[in-house]
Amino acid sequence: MTYTLWILLTAALVGVSCGLAGVFLILRKMAMMADAISHTVLLGIVVAYLLTHTLSGIYMLIGAVLTGILTTFLVQWFHSRNVPQDASIGVVFTTLFAIGVILIATKTGNVHLDVQHALMGEISFIPLNVMIIPVIGEAPIATFILLFVLLLVILVLGLFYKEWKITSFDPALAASLGIPVLLLHYVFMTLVSVTTVAAFDAVGAIMVVAMLIVPAASAYLWTDRLSLMLVLSSFFGILSAVMGYYFALWIDSSISGSMAFSTGIVFLLSFIFSPKHGMLANRLRPSVVKKEEVKT
Amino acid sequence: MPILLSSNFQWVLLSTMLLGMASGFIGCLAYWKRQSLMSDALSHAALPGIVIAFMIFQEKNFFVLIVGAGLSALFGAFLIQTIKSSSRITEDTAMGMILAVFFGGGIVLLTMVNRSGNGNQAGLDSFIFGQAASMVEKDVTLMSLLALLIIFIVFLGFKEWKLFLFDPEFAKGLNLPLKGMNILYLSLLVLTIVIGIQAAGVILMSALIIIPPVSARYWTHSFKRMMWLSAIFGGGSGAIGTTISSLGSGWPTGPFIVTTSAVIFLISLFFGLKKGLVIEYLMLRNKKTEINQKLVEPFVAKEGKQ
Repeated sequence: MTYTLWILLTAALVGVSCGLAGVFLILRKMAMMADAISHTVLLGIVVAYLLTHTLSGIYMLIGAVLTGILTTFLVQWFHSRNVPQDASIGVVFTTLFAIGVILIATKTGNVHLDVQHALMGEISFIPLNVMIIPVIGEAPIATFILLFVLLLVILVLGLFYKEWKITSFDPALAASLGIPVLLLHYVFMTLVSVTTVAAFDAVGAIMVVAMLIVPAASAYLWTDRLSLMLVLSSFFGILSAVMGYYFALWIDSSISGSMAFSTGIVFLLSFIFSPKHGMLANRLRPSVVKKEEVKT
Repeated sequence: MPILLSSNFQWVLLSTMLLGMASGFIGCLAYWKRQSLMSDALSHAALPGIVIAFMIFQEKNFFVLIVGAGLSALFGAFLIQTIKSSSRITEDTAMGMILAVFFGGGIVLLTMVNRSGNGNQAGLDSFIFGQAASMVEKDVTLMSLLALLIIFIVFLGFKEWKLFLFDPEFAKGLNLPLKGMNILYLSLLVLTIVIGIQAAGVILMSALIIIPPVSARYWTHSFKRMMWLSAIFGGGSGAIGTTISSLGSGWPTGPFIVTTSAVIFLISLFFGLKKGLVIEYLMLRNKKTEINQKLVEPFVAKEGKQ
């Protein structure tokens, strides 16, 4: 396969796995947790590096997943100690991120180079870092890991599809049915951390946040069906990745930045033109809107 | 440590302290409006504005850059408001979207500026993590003056802010311009963010606004005291963080300010006089003994008596 194709494949894998996880993230009103986790995994990666002195994928993955869980746990705990949810997210992630940056600056030497790499990713280097896989032959490591993560996301979301649905839309009902809501919350957050960290190396933290939240939010405007929303969200993820890549080539700039930017373009178009909840559609049928307002 | 005695350092120290105080005050307003994360979204949204301002004027003039940052952050706030009010997307999702998309756009522009090979560009990178030491005297003066202005405005309308936050209905009855105050609040928030970006960085500026009020909340139930404590905590961590970061060469300022702030938060969490963990544990224990003495003990037959 060619260089471009590998990049597009990697970005598309990020788009789909983030798109799927993102749907549940915004339905559970936890979009800002994605932002928080994408910042704190930096700390996990730095600590894993300082402990093992290797930049091997598996240690980084473990470190990052552990910090993801730590973030979720701390936010939950402060929230139970009467700190408002948003303030507790803000306190936890900025602190852990700051510690990560300090560790890089004081222990590993060059802060700007490494942190910038973590924040923005360098997708153009991915095809250069290859490994041999039995059937396919040579494939980039990052792509392989992302494929694995995508399968994991599909597996976890698919196996407990009904449970995710109930806990997302009606947590109180779920609890009364005996579904372990809090456990599922932690499982889901772990899944988000795994996705984040796998995508991290490829596209950087900011791009992960964009891919998690924006395609799902766009899909939310097009449909009321959860299954269709999942499909649309993954499609928008891939679309933004491809669009972003060619846009970046055209203006010769950061690939991950421009992918994040294209998710915004897709959302803008959905926001205006979506037939169901778009601005134009709402303008054009004022009578229906009024009737709905009267009802509520 | 000769660097601590240099007059330039002392100016920077004073300015980050004022910045910390200003963000402590503003943070209290944001805390009670339940909008702590708004500051995070807005500080990310400021990045494209900074880079565009630089591209237009081709120089790193602090004033021009903060005007650009402010406009871009206000535009972000406007978009969040529009998305929230005219679609079914919730506020936190809208904030996350604006944050990521604007920051992505900012990175695209920043990379373009860096590739164009302009000699001045290196300094722009420091906006992401903050480098207080890179500020020249003119920037420091401007930043301090603006921070003082913010403190002054919050201080002046203290009673009105209190009503605005806690009893908007009553405030409406008193003919306070709620809409105007909301715009003023948002502008002050944006102003605090943009003047702090060079010292603390785009990513960590929000921590200066979020953490001090949360810490202050553990010590008091009075809004006025909370404001002052938050300002003291903010100013203190600004000063201490700047001092520590100046000890190593090339150490970024923002992270050190934030960790100092976090240490204050942990101390407050455990030892805070009103809601701290220790005081709550002691009160719980006292209550338990009291109940035991009053209700249980009289009815428990004791060995050796009668």
